[in-house]
This record gives sequence, C-alpha cells and structure tokens, in this order.
Amino acid sequence: MAGRNSAHGLLVTSPDEDFADNLPGRHRTAKAWQIVLQASTVIGIVVLMALLLNIMDGAFGYAAVQNKVAPETLAVDGIALEDLPKEQLIEILQANVSAGLFRRFESEKPLAERSREEVYDLVVERVVEPEVVGTWPLFELLLHRADVLAEAAEAFPGAEVRFTSWINPQFAVSPQSANPEQAGVRTAILGSLWTIAITIGFAFPLGVGAAIYLEEYATDNRLNRIIQTNINNLAGVPSIIYGMLGLAVFVRLLGSLTSGQVFGLVDPTTANGRTILSAGLTLGLLILPLLIINAQEAIKAVPGSLRQASFGLGATRWQTIWHHVLPNAMPGILTGTILAMSRAIGETAPLVVVGASTFITVDPSGPFSKFTTLPIQIYQWTARPQDEFRNIAAAAILVLLALLLTLNATAVLLRNRYSRRRYS
Amino acid sequence: MQNEATMATSKAALRADAGADVRADVRLALRKRRRPHETVIHGLLFLCGAVSILTTLGIAFGLVQESLSFFTRELWEDANKRLVVEVDAHAGTLQLSSGGLDLEPGAVIRIDDEKMRIVQMESEVLTVERGFQGTEAATHQAGTGLFVSDRVSLIEFFTGTKWNPQIGQFGIWPLVVSTLRTSTIAVLVAMPLGLSVAIYLSEYASSRARSILKPVLEVLSGIPTVVYGYFALMFMTQLLRSLLGADTVQIYNTASAGIVIGILILPLVSSMSEDALSAVPRSLREGAYAMGATKWETAVKVVVPAALSGIAAAFIVSISRAIGETMIVAIAAGAGPNFTLNPFNAAETMTGHIVRISGGDLSYDSIDYNSIFAIGLVLFLMTLGLNVVSQRIVRRFREVYE
Repeated sequence: MAGRNSAHGLLVTSPDEDFADNLPGRHRTAKAWQIVLQASTVIGIVVLMALLLNIMDGAFGYAAVQNKVAPETLAVDGIALEDLPKEQLIEILQANVSAGLFRRFESEKPLAERSREEVYDLVVERVVEPEVVGTWPLFELLLHRADVLAEAAEAFPGAEVRFTSWINPQFAVSPQSANPEQAGVRTAILGSLWTIAITIGFAFPLGVGAAIYLEEYATDNRLNRIIQTNINNLAGVPSIIYGMLGLAVFVRLLGSLTSGQVFGLVDPTTANGRTILSAGLTLGLLILPLLIINAQEAIKAVPGSLRQASFGLGATRWQTIWHHVLPNAMPGILTGTILAMSRAIGETAPLVVVGASTFITVDPSGPFSKFTTLPIQIYQWTARPQDEFRNIAAAAILVLLALLLTLNATAVLLRNRYSRRRYS
Repeated sequence: MQNEATMATSKAALRADAGADVRADVRLALRKRRRPHETVIHGLLFLCGAVSILTTLGIAFGLVQESLSFFTRELWEDANKRLVVEVDAHAGTLQLSSGGLDLEPGAVIRIDDEKMRIVQMESEVLTVERGFQGTEAATHQAGTGLFVSDRVSLIEFFTGTKWNPQIGQFGIWPLVVSTLRTSTIAVLVAMPLGLSVAIYLSEYASSRARSILKPVLEVLSGIPTVVYGYFALMFMTQLLRSLLGADTVQIYNTASAGIVIGILILPLVSSMSEDALSAVPRSLREGAYAMGATKWETAVKVVVPAALSGIAAAFIVSISRAIGETMIVAIAAGAGPNFTLNPFNAAETMTGHIVRISGGDLSYDSIDYNSIFAIGLVLFLMTLGLNVVSQRIVRRFREVYE
C-alpha cells in the first residue's frame, strides 16, 4: 500500500494502477500511523505521571519505628511522658544521657531557660531515640496493606508501624541531620535562596545590558557577529563544564576574593573559595546566555515605530532605550529571567564540582559561607543506600518541585498578562 | 540652540544671498553634539556583551591549562629495582639489583628526593648525573627503591582501555564508551518518540490537544535533572529488573540512565522539530492535498522532507545534550570506570566521573584534580563540535520559501 506508491511519490500514478482500489488501503495506513503518533504522544504524559507517582510513592508510606527506650517506662508516678512538667523531663534527661552530653546541652542553651516543648523534644530525641527500622512505599501499602502489616509485625516485633508523610512542617524547618527521622531541608533551602539571589544579582544586569547592546547598538561587524555566535554556543555547553570553570576561576584563581579574605571577612566555617559567592557566580555565568537570548527576543518584539517616534522627538539613543524600549520589553525580559532562574535553582552538577558541602548543619550567614542547596541535598540523599534517605530525598524533591512550580506559574501569569499588549 | 538653528535656517531661506558665514553658523548649530554619558553607556553595554567572550576564554583557559599540567605532570613509576650498595653524595655510579623495569640512557630516575639522569647503563651498573633538576645530591642507603619518571602520553590517553589515575592508568576509553552508550540509548528513545510527537503536534493535533500537550512537555523539560536521576534509580531500574530479571540487570546500570536521559531530551527534540515543521508553508501541504494525498502522506513525504534541516539540527543538539548530561548518570549509572559494552552493567561516564571525583575533598595539583580537567576538555570539544555542526546544518541546508 504505502510501499507501492512510495517509489515515485504519490504524484505519479501509472495508468494501469487502480486508483480507487488503492485509496482505502492508503487511508488505513494513514489511520494506523495516526494511532502510532498519538500513542507516542501519550507516552510523554504517562512518563510524567509515572515520575510524579514515583516521587509520591517515596515521600509517603509506612514506617516501622522502634524506640530504644519505651516511653511508658519513663512515666513518673503514673503520669505519661508527654504530660510531665519541664523539671521532671530535665531530671529524666540527666539520668539517661552521659554527663558530657548533658553539659553540652547546658552550654548550648541552659535547660532551665528552654521551653517545655524544647526539653520534651530533646528527651524524645536523646532518651527515647525513635529509630526507623523499616519503610514501605505508598503503593505497596495501598495494594497489599495486610501483607505489609504482617511482614512488619514479623520482622520488627515491638516496633510501632505507622503511616508517615516524610514531607511535613518539621521537615521544612529542621537543619540537616545524620538521622533521617530528624533531617530537614532548612539549610538547603536557605543555601538555595542565597545562591539564587547572587546569581540573579550578577546575571540580570549583565544579561540585559548585553541584550541591549546586541539589539540596539551593535552594528553588523565581525566582532559583534562573534559575540552573538559565541552566546549561542555557550548556551549549548554542558552545565558541568561551567562547574569546572567555577572551580578553576572563582574557587582557585579568585579564592581570596570569593572566600572574603580581601574584605577581611573570613567566615570561620569557610573552606577556601568554596562559598555561596563562588556558587552564585558560577550559576550566573551558566544562565547568562539563556538570559541574553530571552532578553534579545523581548527587545526585538518592541515595534520599531516606537523608537522612530522617540528619535523623531529628539531623544538620544539611551533616552529612547531607557524610557521606551526597556519598559515595553520588561515583561518579556522578566519572564525569561524567571525561566532562567528556575533552571539555576535545579542545577546540581556545577555546584558539586564547585564544591558544595556534603554535610552542614548551620545556616549560611552570608555570601562567604559554605553552602549546600536543595538539589545537592537530594543528590546526596539519593546516593545513600538506606531506604529512609531515599524517602527524605523524595520529600525534598516535592519541596523543590513546589518551589519551581511557584516560579513557573509566576512566569506564565506574567506572560499571559502582557501577551495581549497594545500593539500586536 | 535648536531654536537659533531653525531661525537661522529660515533666515537663510529668506535671504539666500546672505553669504557664507550664516551657512557656517547653521552647519555649526546642526552638528551632532558630543554626549559623553551616551558614549560611556555604550561602552558599558559593550562590556556586558564582552563578558560572554570572557566566559568562553575562561572555559578554554581553565580547561587547557589544567589539562596541560595533566599531560606534563611528572609521575614516578616504581622501577622495582633497589640499590645494592650504599652511595654517597659524590659517587657517579649506582649498583642496582636485577629485574624490574628496563632503564634507558637519558631517562630521569629518582632515589629518595634526589633526581638523577642516566648517562650510561651497563648490565646493572648505572652511570648517572647526580643532583638533576636542582635537587640536592645526598647519601642513599642500600636497599632504597628507585623510581622512573613517566608522563601521561596523549597516545595512552586516547587509546588506553583502563582509567585509574591512582595507579597510573590513564586511558579515557572506558569513560567515553559509557558516555556513548548512554547517549545512544537516549537518542534511540528520544528520536522516534520526539519526532512522532512533533508530527502529531504540528499536523494532527486539535488546538485543544495542543493546549494540553505543550504544557506537559514544558513541565517535563523544566524538571531538574537530579529529579530524573531519582526517577531512573527508583523507577526505571526497578522496572528493568522486574522485566528482565535481577540477574541480568545490575542495580546501577547504563540502560536505565540512558532511557531516562532519552525522556529528558524528548521535549527538546519535539519542540525544535515542531518549530521546523510549523515553518513549512501551508501552500505545500495544500498542494499535496490537492493531488489527493492523505494526511499521513503529506506529513512524511512533503512536510518532513521540507523541514529536514531543522529536524537534523534538533537531533544533533539533543545528542550533545545527552553527552553532557550529568546528574542522571551520576545517580543511576554507577561508580567506577568499567570498560564494557553491556548496557545492563554499571559503568561510569565522563560526566559521572567528574562529579564523583570532585564531590570528595579534592586537593589542587593532585593527579585527580588535573585529570578531571582533561576529561572536561574532551567533553567540551565533543559538545562544542556537535553544536557547531548543527548550526552549520541549519544555515546551509535551510529551505527558504518565498
């Protein structure tokens, strides 16, 4: 069918070929291929669903929690642990932890000054020591609930099996920890925000400046053509190469600048140039080509008549750009910037190369601090063999996706709001 | 000033014979004024544009410089020979144990911290130039080991099949082969799917279907690669293992990484191809319909050939993207360079290796630090080459209609 008329294309039909007989066959072929095309399109949607479900599967599920010390045994005079007053909780703490550890708690913040909830959390963390001994993902649970419960009861007698949402308010505000039960993404989120702030602060003015130069000033000469080609090529360079650029230039060559030595601001926690500043600048260079190309598109879309009118009234080139071109191109530029920003937030590889910290529990205090970011945290947790860390990796992915979704929704809103503009 | 100029012009028009000095005044008044701050702004904006050039230079400088120190670095290989008799600081000959590596005149050797150059060699007696390259001649005990200077040769780098910098093996092939394998799998997944999606979107889809599909693809392309890495390890690997058996498929394997990279580049292939297909003018399609072609025939025999240059460019760009993809392979493809062709085995790609090595505490000037830049340079040249080729294709083979 398709084979018979493909030799000379469909335009030449030999006189003896029966055209009418052939037609249903050709239509059948067309129909069959249409189904194939639709099927492959559906695959895209299926994959997206699978990805989201897979993350959900990891982020929620059953966890078997085993307490080292049963809370019931800590009850005093028949009052359950959770109802005890602060003074008795402190006594329990003193009786059950080593003297050195107790002194460390006192020196961090005197126990008498802490609130009852803080002391209670400390008792639970250090005395009761709940430990996750086994986890079951969500879908296994939904499909074979009875089996899971039986298996849990058999494998971990004495453990409490309960439904756990690995993503919870506690997860968002706790710092990193070696114990997956207590680990959170607070340091990672703060690190991400600091990094992005520096990235945008660095890349936005440079990118918009370069776009204005290329669209409004540059004449068609060799140098400007090289700059334009170069930007297009940079957009295709793998992100890990930018990481190596950051490592060689920002961390090593400009180490004294990026570690803050030049300003006399050496953060005691800082490891040479592997700081938020280096990370931010590296990501800035990474998104620069993207930002320039987007801003160029936005500036190109401003109608030429606007510029001519401005020139006609005697405005200089810069006055024209500042008062007419930029305000009109701004929504487009901002949309492009937000898209570039969401790319930067999700980047992992260059930051690993630049030297993200593997384990920090203190919040970053400024551009010269050591850093970790949300994607780095996800990578490290995923790379660990224990199931519980995979669970909190899934929870961290949900946090990251929520952040990205917010950003992209903003971009789409901006685009929709300004796309029906005065001159279209 | 401008008012004066206008007045001067009108006066000049009224009294055309007023003479040359009025005309000179007019010329002076209409001359372009100097505006220093406009020039400064122009200069600053040019500098913004020039930053991209600096970035490229920085990449080239960083990669090339560190790669050079990788290839010129002096490595000391244990010759498996020992001093038989103690030598003092002035002795010109060394008595060595037999066996070990063959030494040649001219080679540089090292005993303790002192470097020496071999002048002559007779059986196991070496005549050497002491205190070579500024090192201090010293007394060496009998039984001290001897090391021979060695460098990473380009030939070894590009032909060797073992990569292990710690014991002096520097063949990049295991890494390159793994990269090519994941990329090939990715492309085999992404190209048929991506092109189908593009044809469907541009030729078949109703505007309602498009309004659902386009955002889905945009969401897919906006998901960070580390999330895809999690997906590859937690879903794709499990799927492959349950389909093909846990014996054939290792926990970390290049097949699942490759398939997920294919999913990652799918939106890129489909959106670039769709742009190319949509750029084909409507008249071509209508011409085909008028000749009695079905929709499918129009699509594959008229529209796709007309958009071929754009589609080819999309494919090449996606290959380059697959080669440079890092996090998916770092998470799902496994650690440790492994020279294998089996996609179900663990093997480290170039990008995966760079991430693993630099993830630890990396000290500058170590062989590991230099070696990742050499790998990075190869990676950079590969992707740059592909990108340049795709731009050439678009420029040269673009079919221009009207």
